[in-house]
Amino acid sequence: MSEARAANPTPPTPAFPDDAEASLQSVGAAARFVLRGETPAARLAGEALGVAAPGRINRAEAAGLRAMLRLGPDEWLLVADGEAPAGLAGSLAQALDGTPHSLVDVSARQVGFVLDGRLAARLISAGCPLDLRDGAFPVGAATRTIFLKAEIVLWRRAAQTWRLEVWRSFAPYLIGHLAEARRGAADL
Amino acid sequence: MLLIHCPYCDAARPELEFRYGGEAHVARPADPATVSDEAWAQYLYFRANPRGLHAERWRHIHGCGRFFNALRDTVSDRFVAVYEAGAPRPDAAETKR
Repeated sequence: MSEARAANPTPPTPAFPDDAEASLQSVGAAARFVLRGETPAARLAGEALGVAAPGRINRAEAAGLRAMLRLGPDEWLLVADGEAPAGLAGSLAQALDGTPHSLVDVSARQVGFVLDGRLAARLISAGCPLDLRDGAFPVGAATRTIFLKAEIVLWRRAAQTWRLEVWRSFAPYLIGHLAEARRGAADL
Repeated sequence: MLLIHCPYCDAARPELEFRYGGEAHVARPADPATVSDEAWAQYLYFRANPRGLHAERWRHIHGCGRFFNALRDTVSDRFVAVYEAGAPRPDAAETKR
């Protein structure tokens, strides 16, 4: 079983009408880690990753396809799109050696999607009660929250581009409800 | 929807992201072996359940994951104050607005 998980099978393909107003794309395989520890551990992990560790809670920093999301006072989500977790795990463990921390590979636990387009925020609002307007949720903000009954990580990458991370078994639920919201928003 | 201010996120967040954690400031006796049955039962089962200001624990489970304490009016459901776990209960007089 562990081998099947380590292989990180392809995430479910979003059944979503791809149009100019809203498109939902899977980001494919990615390496993901949850880092727990104090700020020095995050700084070291950021250096190993090549990303500045976000100093404020509920903020994300990205460099290329790698990113660090600060989800809590002592919790960071590390994401590297398109990378295999094994190599990154080694370099992170090496950088963090001697610093108290916990580093857990969650690559196969969750899948990522990019929701893009004019209606993107509106579709997320169909299931997420957060205030997603620019003042409350600016570009670069990232947080764990809920989408109906599924827990998601929501990250605003650009004004109309959102990254969603969801636990694998909740992905069809999330996709289905976003598609439903897209149908409901057809006239908007 | 009820909005709760999380002291760690420092933002008002929807109630759905939170879980209720019961009365705050219930200290476990340091040495349970020396505590009488009555006192132990008091610690385990008896809670204040006041009408009015109530200090209680909340967890921002679908957010930053942290426990924190809040002073809530059980009549109006209004949150009068939120404070980090480990901090003393704020004086109710101070928090009157």
